[in-house]
Amino acid sequence: MKNPLDSLWGTVIAGLVLTVVLYIFANNFLLNGV
Amino acid sequence: MGIFRWVHFMAGVMWIGLLYYFNFVQVAALKNAAADGTAAGITKHVAPRALLFFRWSAVVTWLAGAALLGPRFVPAFTLQPDAALIGIGAWLGTIMLFNVWVLIWPNQKKILGMTPASDDEKNRARRVAFLASRTNTMLSIPMLFFMGAGVHGF
Repeated sequence: MKNPLDSLWGTVIAGLVLTVVLYIFANNFLLNGV
Repeated sequence: MGIFRWVHFMAGVMWIGLLYYFNFVQVAALKNAAADGTAAGITKHVAPRALLFFRWSAVVTWLAGAALLGPRFVPAFTLQPDAALIGIGAWLGTIMLFNVWVLIWPNQKKILGMTPASDDEKNRARRVAFLASRTNTMLSIPMLFFMGAGVHGF
């Protein structure tokens, strides 16, 4: 599989996906009760 | 606190601005410049200067950010509920600072001939520095989201 970081679009999309993953993680596991 | 926020923003704009310059402009420009024999203009005169401001603005950004957190530094880095969002941003920024000083800068010194390296070492250094720089570009996207969310909420 090609490394997404080899292309600029792959890098930006990977960053957006990571943002969504961290958002879900924060909402479900870090912000409980806040 | 206002002065730390101001410095954090200015240094952060310089750091991430230069990071985006490297990734969105210089990498592609160098490829084209190498093809017509003009790469030295970039590698000799532009890249070292850009890297100088890049690596030191990263340090200033982190230090001003740490000062700005003040008593929230430990709650942020331990991801306590009331500081978790800024904490995620702070962790991402810290990983990025690590990448600048441990992966990008030492390898760029080899690439630009500031430290001696064989052709094999230079090729490997090129790949490591490139991937670390791309990783930082990727991390900057959630980092900025969570820095903003840490202050203003989602």
